[in-house]
Amino acid sequence: MAWNETLPDMVTPILHISVLLLAPPLLMGVINKTKAWAAGRRGPPLLQLYYDLFRLFRKDTVLSRTTTWVFRAGPVVGVTAVLLAGLLAPFGAFDAPLSFDGDLVLFAYLMGLARFFTAAAALDTGSAFEGMGAAREVSFASLAEVALFVAFVVLVRLSGSLSLTPMLHAPMTGAFHGLPAAALLLVGVALFVVLLAENARIPVDDPNTHLELTMIHEVMVLDHSGPLFGLVLYGASVKLLLFSSLLLHFALPFSFGAPLLDWALFGVGLLAVAIAVGVVESVMARLRLRHVPSLLIAASVLCAFGFFFTLA
Amino acid sequence: MRTRAETESRSIAIQASVTQTIWLDLSVAALVLTAASGVPGLALGRRSNAAQGLASLLVIAGALLGELAAIAVLGGAAIETRTLPGPLSELSLHLRLDPLAAFFLVPVYLLSVAGTLYGTRYWKQTEHPENGRALRLWYGVLVAALAAVVLAADGFAFLMAWEVMALAAFFLVTIEDDRAEVRQAGWVYLVATHAGTLALFALFALLWAVNGSLEFRPMASGAGTQGATSALFLLALVGFGFKAGIVPLHFWLPAAHANAPSHVSALMSGLLLKMGIYGLLRFFTLLPAPPPGVGMLMIAIGTFSAMYGVVFALGQHDLKRLLAYHSIENIGIIVMGMGLALVGVSAQQPAWVALGLAGCLLHVWNHSFFKGLLFLAAGSVIHGAGTREIDRLGGLGKPMSRTAALFAIGAVAICGLPPLNGFVSELLIYVGLFRAGADGASRQWSAAPLAAPLLAMVGALAVACFVKAYGTVFLGPHRSEGAARAHEVPRSMLVAMILLALPCVTIGVFPVLAMPALDRVVHAWVGAESQPPLLGHLIPWTPIMGMNAALVAGVLAVSLILGRRFRRRVPVQTGTWDCGYVQPTAAMSYSASSFAQLLVDLYGWLLRPRAGHAIRTELFPSRQHFHTRVPEQVTEFVLAPLWVSFRRALAPFRALQHGRVQLYLMYVLLTLCILVVLSFPIDEAFVRFLGWWGNGGVHGVE
Amino acid sequence: MNFSAANLLLIGVLLLNLFCLGTSRIRALIQAAALQGVVLGVMPLLIHGRVDWNTGLIALATVVLKGNVIPGMLRRALREAQIKREIEPLIGLVPTMLLGALATLLSIAFASGLPLAPEHQNLLIVPASFSTVLTGFLLLTTRMKAITQAIGYLVLENGIFIFGLLLLDAMPFLVEIGVLLDLFVGIFVVSIIIHHINREFASLDTRRLASLKE
Repeated sequence: MAWNETLPDMVTPILHISVLLLAPPLLMGVINKTKAWAAGRRGPPLLQLYYDLFRLFRKDTVLSRTTTWVFRAGPVVGVTAVLLAGLLAPFGAFDAPLSFDGDLVLFAYLMGLARFFTAAAALDTGSAFEGMGAAREVSFASLAEVALFVAFVVLVRLSGSLSLTPMLHAPMTGAFHGLPAAALLLVGVALFVVLLAENARIPVDDPNTHLELTMIHEVMVLDHSGPLFGLVLYGASVKLLLFSSLLLHFALPFSFGAPLLDWALFGVGLLAVAIAVGVVESVMARLRLRHVPSLLIAASVLCAFGFFFTLA
Repeated sequence: MRTRAETESRSIAIQASVTQTIWLDLSVAALVLTAASGVPGLALGRRSNAAQGLASLLVIAGALLGELAAIAVLGGAAIETRTLPGPLSELSLHLRLDPLAAFFLVPVYLLSVAGTLYGTRYWKQTEHPENGRALRLWYGVLVAALAAVVLAADGFAFLMAWEVMALAAFFLVTIEDDRAEVRQAGWVYLVATHAGTLALFALFALLWAVNGSLEFRPMASGAGTQGATSALFLLALVGFGFKAGIVPLHFWLPAAHANAPSHVSALMSGLLLKMGIYGLLRFFTLLPAPPPGVGMLMIAIGTFSAMYGVVFALGQHDLKRLLAYHSIENIGIIVMGMGLALVGVSAQQPAWVALGLAGCLLHVWNHSFFKGLLFLAAGSVIHGAGTREIDRLGGLGKPMSRTAALFAIGAVAICGLPPLNGFVSELLIYVGLFRAGADGASRQWSAAPLAAPLLAMVGALAVACFVKAYGTVFLGPHRSEGAARAHEVPRSMLVAMILLALPCVTIGVFPVLAMPALDRVVHAWVGAESQPPLLGHLIPWTPIMGMNAALVAGVLAVSLILGRRFRRRVPVQTGTWDCGYVQPTAAMSYSASSFAQLLVDLYGWLLRPRAGHAIRTELFPSRQHFHTRVPEQVTEFVLAPLWVSFRRALAPFRALQHGRVQLYLMYVLLTLCILVVLSFPIDEAFVRFLGWWGNGGVHGVE
Repeated sequence: MNFSAANLLLIGVLLLNLFCLGTSRIRALIQAAALQGVVLGVMPLLIHGRVDWNTGLIALATVVLKGNVIPGMLRRALREAQIKREIEPLIGLVPTMLLGALATLLSIAFASGLPLAPEHQNLLIVPASFSTVLTGFLLLTTRMKAITQAIGYLVLENGIFIFGLLLLDAMPFLVEIGVLLDLFVGIFVVSIIIHHINREFASLDTRRLASLKE
């Protein structure tokens, strides 16, 4: 599919970019609200992360003397790379603003670039905590990448295309029954696990505690402050949005045909995913770190089973 | 229907008869210049620095000529073959500069220039009087031999150049032969390279038998049985695999690369290994069709090699050994691309061939550039801080900021992250693998896309490893005296590194620049009858370049905004907060082994790390020590036990080795007598002798 | 071609071989080897039949080298090593001589079975060559002192030279010079080794070299 055929009008891309830029903090708010209600509390307002970001961007920054430019580059590259990856991922039934053969690799590797600089920024502080978080983050990411790519392989095989937009729209065509449909189901489940892993949610990581034994992502950004920390939080929420939108193509693989209804469906779907994540976080406890690789390998195996179903 | 051999020979004949171009002559001249670069130094004495300047000048001059010729041929100049007389009438030397050769020549000359510039300060003659001249001499010979291997167009010239290359590399590796580990590394390297050369001798002998001559021309399609082609393939795989460092024939690599001087390691990793890849690619142009299953086998071998290399790299805490294992990983990726191309040939899918081969070839270039850069940067670290041990470095990003930035470029490139060049070649391979799963309904190749997730895992582990390496070496606190006293390296070393960083950035941000050359080589490799699609049609480079530009622009924009913000409200500088720890020390920071521990434990079944520590149980705390190491599997668990059992089995024959010269001579005489008896009809001679004696003896006739 | 003179000289060479095998005095050994060298230097003139500048010069060079220079160097090495006699070899002097005689007979038998060119069939060149080579071998394997082994090597080279006489017409003189040069270098190196062996081990007995084995 040539890349210049995917810009039929200007409305969809503008809406896409707006959602990409503005919606992510709301998702985090929904997750926190869900967890609070499940615990019997009122919880923070839904728009809390927006307030936090505003506050952080107005604050001063404290930098450690040990750090170099890498410390400041971490959040910057993290946000930029993730936002650019967002241009490649389709939202709901709509095409992504950019779609070309091979963009699935670019999507994954932009996330990888973000991870490289975030982890390097963590090591820059010279602290044992951040180093530990960085070590865990890169170790688990290596397994999560496998699951993600096996999922991509299944989608490529089913859709016959090498671009994210047609790949993810393939389940919506309704052409798959029997074994391929089972494959899609397995891939969907695995992608949910990958979402939890890549976004540092329970059972892989606990975003709320500050105990060294239980932190991965939280601890990597311990020394960031002010605008840099704001960029970190924002980048994390955008990443959650992207993975949720990937997942939605498996969870809600249908389209109404009318743009307004489809955007509404997408919005509802995002909220549903956020609530689901909140529920999972409230119901489960964190896995012991030694068992996280097993979880991720299980996700890869599920996708591999899906792949073998598509071979049949 | 013309066979590939006929078409190729006709086209070569046409091209050779049209014009006598200068490109091959330029290449030969470049060869001679670089070979002679170290010779003036021998005459100029060991205390003068003049010789190293002269050597660098000669290498640069040769490199310019060579690059010119290579780029001309890549751009479409005619292919020319030159025949030189050899020792026997059947063994003449043929030289040819065709697109495949020209492609491999480009990194050869670029890296040699970077290395020689680097060496003027890294291995300054006045600081290394005893081995500086030898180093420069063999450096020039190595570069010339690398070019000669690529220009050779028949088996005899190829083998001669191959041996010279191997020996020159051996002398370079053992340049500091006063150290025991250097001698050991050189010895293992020598054994491995000669084992490979032995296989190559067998390969060319068999090729001569099947093809009728040693010249590199494609075999006729009927020539050679299935068994012969498979045997040829296995010999080529073993012979070239030893040189390229394909697992399990890689065991010489880590020690040799770690113990050689850094610019030599850059050359070895960037170029020497690629000659194995070049040999394999050239070999496949000789076969009419690859044996069945070879493509998938190569993909499997490549994937395994890549995973092995990167997992082992995680366990290393010697900076250069770590880089050496990453070379094994990247060679694995290159072999994956080659395998994909072979699958495409077998499946008759020109798109897969183009993608796989282009990925393989571009990764050859990319790896030469970024691995060369990384080795030079590692050498700078050693020069600046005095040690190779990662856990004794740290915080070098402040005093050695330029080296740190260049190492960062190399690290991002080798992880295959956009916007640098590693991403482009890996993208080609990924798209090819995915297409093998999407195009074509045949189930035969459907397992190929499973290599893509494994490649992704390799990429993510490479990210882990290079975050570890970069983070522990350049970031964080100083972990030792040497790190605290580190200083930036001189300008010529920086220039050499920048020279290698430039192609990394250029090819990464503007991949279209490399596509014409790749297209030309792919067309040349495939032969005239198949028309692989152009790479620009297979992958849309424009949006990718757009994304790269957007990435760079976005990062710059955000950085500018933040910069303005920080100028208005200057950040406060304080110690690391670290959750409130008041007195952090360097010993508390995360070291490289701690960083890698999670992964090393996860892969412990493969790595089998060994820990050694002395537990002291006295009343008062005293100095303890603890060390871990990841042994090289093949050497320690396969070869060493084999060697020991070999020695034990052959021990009875040691009785023959008593050291007495006289008896050794008797062995020679005995062998001669046995040969005479076996080859000569002794009894007839005796009968005739007795008859002759009876006729009067010597004077009987007179 | 003067066959009978050539054959006579070759018989002389054969007798010198036996003498070499039978003596234990090193000076005598050197003299015998020198004499053999002189004889062989003259052989090409006899076989060619004519004396022109080329062959004459070579003959002169060979005679001087093999008759004077090399024996001179060996005598100097002998003086520095301060030995006079060879140790009794493993199998005794007389048995060695008998072995040498047997080797000569065998080489004559062997040579008569070879398909030689007609002009060489009545010459003793091939038997003499094999016999000398085997004599050299015997000297090398049965003697213990390094000097005697050097002389054994000399005799071996003489044997090869005799064989080369067969190809006198075909072989350009460069090859002969090459052979002599090779010999020269070999003697040179062995002299040095003898000098150093003596210094390191305080003995020229090559059996002591066995202690160098791994």
